[in-house]
Amino acid sequence: MNFINNITRVTSLLGIASLLLAYTTNVSHSGSNPNPQGVNKMKSGYHWATAPTREMQDDDFSNPAFLWVDIGSEQWTTKDGEAGKSCASCHSGVETMKGVAATYPKYSAEDGKLRAVQHQINNCRTQQMKAKPWKWESDNMLGVAALVKNQSKGMPIKVKVTGEAQPFYNKGKKSYMLRRGGLDMSCKNCHMDYTDTRIRANILSNGLGNGFPTYRLKWQKIGSLHRRFRGCNKNVRATPFKSGSDVYTNLELFLTAHAMGMEIETPSVRN
Amino acid sequence: MAKKPRIKVPKTAKSGETILIKTLMSHKMETGVRKNKKTGKLIPRKIINKFVCKFNGKEVMSADLHPAVAANPYFAFYAKATESGTFDFEWIEDGGKTITASGDIVVT
Repeated sequence: MNFINNITRVTSLLGIASLLLAYTTNVSHSGSNPNPQGVNKMKSGYHWATAPTREMQDDDFSNPAFLWVDIGSEQWTTKDGEAGKSCASCHSGVETMKGVAATYPKYSAEDGKLRAVQHQINNCRTQQMKAKPWKWESDNMLGVAALVKNQSKGMPIKVKVTGEAQPFYNKGKKSYMLRRGGLDMSCKNCHMDYTDTRIRANILSNGLGNGFPTYRLKWQKIGSLHRRFRGCNKNVRATPFKSGSDVYTNLELFLTAHAMGMEIETPSVRN
Repeated sequence: MAKKPRIKVPKTAKSGETILIKTLMSHKMETGVRKNKKTGKLIPRKIINKFVCKFNGKEVMSADLHPAVAANPYFAFYAKATESGTFDFEWIEDGGKTITASGDIVVT
């Protein structure tokens, strides 16, 4: 009798202990989680940003990415190339770009593959303006891309992943799941399996692109999503692909589809 | 393309009111301790070492900057509006080059 009593006591104690454990883990999550969506839903990188970083992003003035948006506004009306046109010649005001970036990367029948915003800008430059294409990571390119995406700020991401875009989405998914590099790790390993845990001093985010081009404090400047991909690839000791390559554009579509419905934050500030 | 500094001075204010002034300067702030990856040589220091704000020619705020300051230095500070006039901002770079900007305020 005594023995049974003891067992029940032990089990009830265990029960309380496991309850407590569950309680504390819940608390630790909700403590760092003002987003009521819960831990299993996708969250923007803003969620993991520290308070000072958020403060920088929230004020359009203190956000240093706007230095590049200013460059973009200037470039928007600057005539270039043999056709003597500027972006404004065809598109008039940049406000007309509202909502456009939310649908990129997009399938282009002309190219037979996906186009990111940057590809579209360069396509306009070479086809319409007869000007030289910009380099992916140049100030002008980042500026105009950030400006165009900024017009859709606060709008939900709405990319097409069916129909013609489907094979590219599948390719993107495949490269997201593919283990690579000396560390034999895929994007999924960090950004899906271990979200919310620490990787050295950083907390792993869902790794979404809804705030790109972003002002990254580490870079001390604005940078594209593809630059971030390159950084991730190097971290797992893999040879990075080129910015603007098909692999990265497909991956961008997969990530953007992940963030479907999430608000665009461009230009965001991240650590 | 040269990036321009961004400044925010309220256009109007009441006399005696405390106003918030914000400035954001575009600058690389080269520390002088980084090396060129290919040649291994030090990249010479080039930072903004001083920031001065004057109101109608009279200094109201100044700051000395050192190599640990991050790129694109941002300053925000308060001032008391007493009369209408112009805020002149000046950023002094290593080597003596200065970049200026100004903003007007009307005090009623």
